[in-house]
Amino acid sequence: MTTATAPTISLPDEPGLLIRCRWAVSDTLVLARRNLLVWFRVPAYLVFTVIQPVMFVLMFRYVFGGAIKVPGGDYVDFLMPGIIGQTAAFASFATAIALAQELKKGVIDRLRSMPMARSAVLTGRLLADTGRMLVTILIIVAVGYAVGFRFHNGVIPAILMVVLATVFGLSICLIAAFTGLAIGDEESVQAFGLIWLFPITFLSSAFVPISSMPGWLQAFANNQPVTYVINTMRALALGHQPIEANLWKSIAWLAGILIVFVPLAVRAYKRAS
Amino acid sequence: MSQDSSGPAILVEGLTKSFGEVQALRGIDLAVPRGTVLGVLGPNGAGKTTAVRILTTLLLPDSGRALVDGRDVVRQAAAVRRSIGLSGQSAAIQEELTGRENLELIGRLYHLSKPESRSRAAQLLEQFDLVDAAGRPAKTYSGGMQRRLDLAASLVGRPQVLFLDEPTTGLDPRSRLGMWDIIRSLVEGGTTLLLTTQYLDEADELADEIVVIDHGLVIAAGTAEELKSRVGGDVLEFTVPDRNRLSDAVTAVAMVGEGEPHADKETGVVSVGVGGRGSDALIDGVRALDAAGVQTHGLALRRPSLDDVFLALTGHAAEEEELNGKRRKSRRSKRDETKATS
Repeated sequence: MTTATAPTISLPDEPGLLIRCRWAVSDTLVLARRNLLVWFRVPAYLVFTVIQPVMFVLMFRYVFGGAIKVPGGDYVDFLMPGIIGQTAAFASFATAIALAQELKKGVIDRLRSMPMARSAVLTGRLLADTGRMLVTILIIVAVGYAVGFRFHNGVIPAILMVVLATVFGLSICLIAAFTGLAIGDEESVQAFGLIWLFPITFLSSAFVPISSMPGWLQAFANNQPVTYVINTMRALALGHQPIEANLWKSIAWLAGILIVFVPLAVRAYKRAS
Repeated sequence: MSQDSSGPAILVEGLTKSFGEVQALRGIDLAVPRGTVLGVLGPNGAGKTTAVRILTTLLLPDSGRALVDGRDVVRQAAAVRRSIGLSGQSAAIQEELTGRENLELIGRLYHLSKPESRSRAAQLLEQFDLVDAAGRPAKTYSGGMQRRLDLAASLVGRPQVLFLDEPTTGLDPRSRLGMWDIIRSLVEGGTTLLLTTQYLDEADELADEIVVIDHGLVIAAGTAEELKSRVGGDVLEFTVPDRNRLSDAVTAVAMVGEGEPHADKETGVVSVGVGGRGSDALIDGVRALDAAGVQTHGLALRRPSLDDVFLALTGHAAEEEELNGKRRKSRRSKRDETKATS
């Protein structure tokens, strides 16, 4: 700029905070819509993301279920909150894989070189994945009803259970977003997801009572976040267990994950290349 | 507004960037006047992509300064992003979406209204000859079409300065020529263009000015003609069918040429700059080879290509360097590779 020009003039193309916030929201929606559109365009993928948890429901209900004794009730009632929690956690695979792919293909570079809200790639991804997860959860609940599962604690707790599952899934997606961007290779990201998600979902109260595990394993299973979240969900769904202790521990864990992984994911996104 | 609309579209001073131990850029200076094309020429791993990534605000430099359209790429990154378009080495498009959807999506992310995005997409599909394919998912496109769509996407925001990072790498020769035509017509429209390439003919064909980068340094700059004159006139070239006699051939013509002869062990091609001595050198060359008893074919005198320039400047051919570069890279992690190469 020449010195003759008014000094304020360098800013007309620097939008104000209000406009930038509006852009952050609209860019998030545009990208979330795109992500869902891509999901719908690949029917096989659409079907597999739903079939996989349905398969787990049927397998545990009819294959393993007969051999698993749970205190005070039917196994299918015990099982469904566990399956729903696992489904929510596994939704994160898609988050990590999609971000790793976009990174590799240069889509993220293109978007980062544009005057759009930089946060929108992450928020749009998480929004779409959360929506997708919610749809899957509702389908699983319907399948559960078909195989004998019932909510025993009223409508509001049932809704709260779905909300808790979704928030739990979102927090796992956030961890996955970080790993996807940090690792940046879809196959490695997928393998990595299996390595930590399988143990923490299976070594929890999701499928069997923890009291049936050996003592050393109980120590882990009793004190890890998936157990807290699933116990809380089970208490909300069935209503015959005290909820407080598990609820607070769940909230603390989920808040902790958000506090740690939001900055990590954002940092990984900014440095991604 | 442009801070200084008469200043260069791109100004780079002393730019450096390292990834761990690897010095990708070791102090680069560039100046690209508005409405011109700068060809950044160099082998894989020379630092071309790193430079483009810094200029397009994707990467922070370690030191030095870069202005694009008068704005600092570090301190005014958001403003720079409003002035630029970027098309990288791979087609950064959403393959499941149609060509039209891809362009409309980009339009929406440039905060154009829905009707504006639609008409801009239609315009670009027309311009890039993608109208017939506009309703098909991009994964059904040929490589050339995907690249065209990607280039169209980089133009949605009507950039002042366009960055094309190896726009024809991996394309078949016909698509490559088609891409050249498109790039030429863009430049006629007045867009400033920075184009990186490993192809010497591409830089020769499209660029007003060329800078040659090697190992993170600008080793030469000028027009294609100026660079060719650096070789010092004509080049004597021939092929030795018997690879065992290659070194004899080199010894024979070393006296004839003005510079060091270069022999390619793979192809058996020997080339040597002969300055202005033209046909005299040709005759001397034939006599020397005959005296040494070396059989050759395709012996001829030709105008220097940019390959010769590269050879004269770096002492090695662009392709050889590429191989070495790959070997070098394989020892680094994958992340560093994507960051630091070319």
